[in-house]
Amino acid sequence: MAFDQQTLAYLQEKANVMRQDIVKMVAEASSGHPGGSLSAADIVAVLYFNEMNIDANNAKDPNRDRFILSKGHASPVLYAALAEKGFFPREELMTFRKIDSRLQGHPSKKSLPGVEMSTGSLGQGLSAANGIAMAGKMDKLDYRVYAVIGDGEIQEGMIWEAAMAAGHYKLDNLTAFLDYNGLQIDGPVDDVLNPAPVDDKFRAFGWHVIIIDGHDMNQIDDAIQEAKQTKDKPTMIIAKTVKGKGVSYMENQVGWHGTAPNADQLKQALEELTGGKQND
Amino acid sequence: MTKIATRDAYGKALVEVGAKNPNVIVLDADLSKSTKTVDFAKVYPERFLDMGIAEANMIGTAAGLATTGKIPFASTFALFGTLRVGDQIRNSVCYPNLNVKIAVTHSGLTLGEDGASHQAVEDIALMRAIPNMTVIVPADAEETRQVIHAAVDYDGPMYIRLGRPAVPVVFDENYKFEIGKGAVVKEGSDVAIIAMGVMLSPAMEAADELAKEGISARVINMSSIKPIDEEIIIKAAKETKGIVTAEEHNILGGLGSAVAEVVSEHAPTVVKRVGVEDTFGESGKPDELLVKYGLTKEHIIQKAKQIL
Repeated sequence: MAFDQQTLAYLQEKANVMRQDIVKMVAEASSGHPGGSLSAADIVAVLYFNEMNIDANNAKDPNRDRFILSKGHASPVLYAALAEKGFFPREELMTFRKIDSRLQGHPSKKSLPGVEMSTGSLGQGLSAANGIAMAGKMDKLDYRVYAVIGDGEIQEGMIWEAAMAAGHYKLDNLTAFLDYNGLQIDGPVDDVLNPAPVDDKFRAFGWHVIIIDGHDMNQIDDAIQEAKQTKDKPTMIIAKTVKGKGVSYMENQVGWHGTAPNADQLKQALEELTGGKQND
Repeated sequence: MTKIATRDAYGKALVEVGAKNPNVIVLDADLSKSTKTVDFAKVYPERFLDMGIAEANMIGTAAGLATTGKIPFASTFALFGTLRVGDQIRNSVCYPNLNVKIAVTHSGLTLGEDGASHQAVEDIALMRAIPNMTVIVPADAEETRQVIHAAVDYDGPMYIRLGRPAVPVVFDENYKFEIGKGAVVKEGSDVAIIAMGVMLSPAMEAADELAKEGISARVINMSSIKPIDEEIIIKAAKETKGIVTAEEHNILGGLGSAVAEVVSEHAPTVVKRVGVEDTFGESGKPDELLVKYGLTKEHIIQKAKQIL
């Protein structure tokens, strides 16, 4: 079911603010990964601002929904969401990647509230999500576990160990998004080490698979709701995305995987994202 | 003398702690009959997870379970529970400081006939270099029982190294294991032998032999490799003419190294290391391997005499 206009506008605004935060953080740090953060922004926005039961004031609620950013280098998108949700002051975003900051280059569970698992060494987050999903079944809690994995990340063998286990253990309380933006550091994913066909692979491992446009809020939400109705199988939502989405010169450019914009580039990015209505 | 494998004691101890604490979960990687986690699986099938031959996912899953308050014990052979999953232990368990217990069996050469591919002699070096990790090597069945109980009471990552063969039972219920503490099992003043795991019994036998020659050897059981008992080491360094370490592990990076680090900073003395001398093992019976690779009471005696 499609979002009403008001909700859709609200979510699009949240995603837009997150995108502004992402480019500001990475520019301020002169370091970080904007491309894969921007590609996941709409997915993360729908999860944090529409779907997930999480509350910064009750951050340890045993029945809270969990979010694991397995592609931990996209930490700016997670930090932008957590700041907007009130897990820490917004101004702290500008400490990203700096000495003494809680906002480590890759998410650290020990240092920052709201981070459910330390990630960054690729391939590991999905296993942690499995563990949390298994605990939920053991304890008969109805929380749901969400993970975002990268298309380059699924080249890691550990992902397939986790995929096999999630299918075997029928983890229908687990929903993973594959941020399929098609690019990794060394070039197009298809050229570096082609993981396709991804949908057939996950189906063969016992997953329910849904393919969507990862920038269409309604498709993202429909897929989440379909996953919640799916019994005895984990769901993989293969989200076709654009790396660098929202900043014209970053879109589909492999060079923006791990490069920070300079001052002029930041200005242009913010102008594009605010439609020239930037007031700060 | 009664002999019990520490892995057998592990299986029984898991059932005990399982009864005591409903949060205890056991994971295994298709080796439950060998690691003895099968004992737990029989009593608490709903809290036992066979993860198949997929150790990386087993460690990551244990980490996820721990974030929810579970106390997961992940078991496999020492090699596959450490070197195969070094990054997973470092980044998914130790960096977030999660309450995961990695309890491995078939450590060292005494795994025996399976040969070098399965004989971990480097695991302690790796595990003790990871921040937040506690490293424990129980010497016998009773100590194993106490270590497993202590592991449940302790909140944080812990590596527990167990063995395949039956080893003499040295301790009774009067013994009290404590994380960070060694134990003097025999007093002596000429030389100190600091031993770990299966090497404790040869160390005690070596001390008895040395006594016959009028040499007084102190024997210390060092089950807590990290944190290590600095006090007991410094005391031994100051009160004897030197230290012999005995470990079923590479002499690089294990107990001998840890002891040498302590004495070189606090009480310089000679440290002679009995252990695997930077080589791979091979197939053979456990006792044959210990002889061939220099891990016997005779080797301990020889090193002790070199000090005197």
